Amino acid sequence: MTAGLKQCFARIVLGLSVSLPLAQGAEAMQALNAIGKGEGTLNVVAWEGYAQDDWVKPFEAATGCAVHAKYAGSSDEMVALMRSGGGDQYDVVSASGDATLRLIYGHNVQPINIALIPQWKNFIPQLQAPDFNTVKGVHYGVSYEWGPNTLLYNTKTFPSAPTSWSVIYDPKYAGQVTVPDNPIQIADAALYLSKTQPALGITDPYELNQTQMNAVVALLQGQAKLIKKYWALASDEIQLFTSGDAVVGAAWPYQTNTLQAAKVPVADTIPAEGATGWADTWMISAKAPHPNCAYAWINWVTTPKVQAEQAIYFGETPANTLACKEMDAEQPGACAQYHGDASAAYFNQIKFWKTPRTQCGNGKDDCLDYAAWQRAWQTIKG
Amino acid sequence: MRSSGASGAVFIWAAVVAILAFLFIPVVIIVVYAFSAAPIPAWPVTGFATHWFADTWNDEEVREALALSLEVAALATAIAILLGTLAAMAVARMRSVGREVVSFVVVLPIALPGILTGMALASYFAFWGVNLSYWTIVAGHATFCVVIVYNNVIARLRRLPRSLAEASADLGADGFLTFRRVMLPMMASAIGAGALLAFALSFDEVIVTTFTAGAQNTLPLWIFGAIRLGQKLPEVNVVVFAIILFTAIPVLLAQKLIGDSGRVAR
Amino acid sequence: MTKRTWRGSLFAFGWRHEGAANAALLGLPAIWFLTLYLAAIGALLITAFWQVDDMSGDLIPGFSFSNFAELLSDPIYRTIAIRTIFIASVVTLTDAVLAWPFAYAMVRLSGPRLRAVLMALVLVPLWSSYLARVYAWRLILAHDGVLNWTLSAAGLPDLHIGYSNWAMWIVFSYLWLPFMILPVAAALERIPPSLLEASADLGERGMATFRRVILPMALPGMVAGAIFTFSLTLGDFVTPMLVGGVGSDFIGNVVYANVGVTNNIPFAAAYATLPLGVMAVFLLLARKLGAFDAL
Repeated sequence: MTAGLKQCFARIVLGLSVSLPLAQGAEAMQALNAIGKGEGTLNVVAWEGYAQDDWVKPFEAATGCAVHAKYAGSSDEMVALMRSGGGDQYDVVSASGDATLRLIYGHNVQPINIALIPQWKNFIPQLQAPDFNTVKGVHYGVSYEWGPNTLLYNTKTFPSAPTSWSVIYDPKYAGQVTVPDNPIQIADAALYLSKTQPALGITDPYELNQTQMNAVVALLQGQAKLIKKYWALASDEIQLFTSGDAVVGAAWPYQTNTLQAAKVPVADTIPAEGATGWADTWMISAKAPHPNCAYAWINWVTTPKVQAEQAIYFGETPANTLACKEMDAEQPGACAQYHGDASAAYFNQIKFWKTPRTQCGNGKDDCLDYAAWQRAWQTIKG
Repeated sequence: MRSSGASGAVFIWAAVVAILAFLFIPVVIIVVYAFSAAPIPAWPVTGFATHWFADTWNDEEVREALALSLEVAALATAIAILLGTLAAMAVARMRSVGREVVSFVVVLPIALPGILTGMALASYFAFWGVNLSYWTIVAGHATFCVVIVYNNVIARLRRLPRSLAEASADLGADGFLTFRRVMLPMMASAIGAGALLAFALSFDEVIVTTFTAGAQNTLPLWIFGAIRLGQKLPEVNVVVFAIILFTAIPVLLAQKLIGDSGRVAR
Repeated sequence: MTKRTWRGSLFAFGWRHEGAANAALLGLPAIWFLTLYLAAIGALLITAFWQVDDMSGDLIPGFSFSNFAELLSDPIYRTIAIRTIFIASVVTLTDAVLAWPFAYAMVRLSGPRLRAVLMALVLVPLWSSYLARVYAWRLILAHDGVLNWTLSAAGLPDLHIGYSNWAMWIVFSYLWLPFMILPVAAALERIPPSLLEASADLGERGMATFRRVILPMALPGMVAGAIFTFSLTLGDFVTPMLVGGVGSDFIGNVVYANVGVTNNIPFAAAYATLPLGVMAVFLLLARKLGAFDAL
């Protein structure tokens, strides 16, 4: 451990001994009081591109925690991995907002002592205690980065950027479209319909009653005929665009960056109807075998420098406001390009992933829950 | 009959060449991409590079996965040899319906879809509070490797006359001596052939292992992860290329062993 | 006079009481299979009648047919099941056809050295990682892949079969071909040439000899190979994941999605009873056809 980190932790321990409310959960799960010596290993469940050598190798050198990463292509998969084998296989997971609540209510993650995370106070206010990772004042995770789901297109087929999501529902591109193999994709179609068929009355794309869901399913079943392949992993989509099998689709900025680095002619955009997005949280497993390394990891990846490196690599936006300067230092103009200096208005217009539940926000109780979304998705896929 | 036989033979050999091409084209592709410079495979291959070989060797995850796979396969094969030989010896002596029952049960782990076996074992381990680990992987692998050793040994035992054991007893040897000096040498090559095939199966298994492994990676799990991540694909090709090179010899060896045990009727 | 040792007494006992000797030999394997494998499969079948809490993922024991009701009511599961069984059958037939010339050449048209070489050549692909080979096919069948590159070099139009059921048919037939060649070759080995000569003496020409003598005698070998090709295709989910497209999901994919993603193990277990039942029937048929002696 570097002298700087050691000092940091010493200060924390000192501060803790003075006063600190312990995290209270409904269960008797206690958050860590202080970070102890690293256990030498860290098992991570992460999105592809979240555990790059660029920041993993320095972490391993600084803390002695050897990182083993397992990559998941969807939130569902992350939840399943965290629950598998008794729930004590992995230490940390980079869960998006549609998985976090399921992990919290499933007692799969432990409360986090936010006082042990010094960078937390530099986060943008919306991500310090968002309701997808903080329940009744108890932090179950630390926000990480956020970003939009973009429209990825081949610049040879589309010389200028498409202005509407309608291109991925257009029979003109039959057999050349790709979208994620993820039930949460239903929300993207719902968002599209909320603008093109306002009569349906969709206000929140994650709160759909049966009538609205039927309309969305009809749209997606039409789209299924145009799909070359539903991508389950980012590398699937990268392969599809590289080999020319797909020319347009829904993607993350990570795919755009990787494809452009490989000189494939693509670009991405956010069309007029708006976009869904994701805000990721690092959470610690309830039965994490290496909790000290877990805290060390979270502290490492919330530092401005790593936040900046991650943001540029993946094409997303850091939670830490101090990262903006680092982003511009690494790649001039990166902070503005990836909305590192975004206003609250920009943040609020992205419809972030969240778990669909039966309680609709407007007081009604007839919305469909996630299990219904999963069943609908299987029907759409065929 | 003779002339039609000859032209028939030509057609058959043409088919053999075509089938061999079919079998080996993907293998050739794998080897070609091990030398490709591009991290994302595209066709045709534009640049060539050999640095992937060094990168793969230096990748600690690859070395760990390889070590784990070798250990698991060795242990699973050892267990399979023990259980398979015992079962085969019992069944060779049985004349009743019990013989069919044992054959049926032993073939189930391979005959039933791997996803069933994997799912069943994972749930079972979770139920008993057994953590997924090196041992659960071995348990799963050993279970479906038993039938391979069993089949080879029982095919050999069928060809051994019981009179040999009787003669040995007449000469004053007890069961264990007979086993050691008479039965074991005659079964050895069958056990060996079965063991090699079982090792191969365990080494390459991915479906059951996905369910019975915890956070650790066997080589197939690492390959699956690498294909998913899509950033180090040439490393996968290098690893597979190395495996092909290093296993060509044992494969030929296994062939000699099997060849000795099964003679073509002439 | 030989001394009476405890080993000698044990041996004498076993010699006279065959049942006890067999039981002793079977003991260890029986314990392993009963307590580990059969118990696990049994437990899985029981969970098919359980349910799961959506939010927390906890299992809710009890007896309920709701999983089966859902499987029967939603037509998508029937479609997927039929698709899986259909493709598994087609792959089995394809491999049976492809295996014959190879096995025949290996056994009847080659000397022992050539035979060993051919056998080794068949086994080498099996050592080249299942995953890597499927991935190689993905590259071959892609839009800009080897196949289309060869076709356009020959002036033929492109084939868009990457990520489709056609691709899966090709890849599955490719993967399991060695598993069909080996038992068929083993079965052909066991046919004495004197039978073929006798058939010729009785006036039967090539094709008739094949149909009336060779085929029936090699049938157990073919069925043994079919057990592997059918069951391996029936339960696979990796190949559909890598080279399948829309409308390519197999039973295995639904099961995998429900275990590894949705975390609804009871539903997955309920759906898994279908391939279990299909294979049980298949194995019983195979036993009748003598395949177990040819494995």
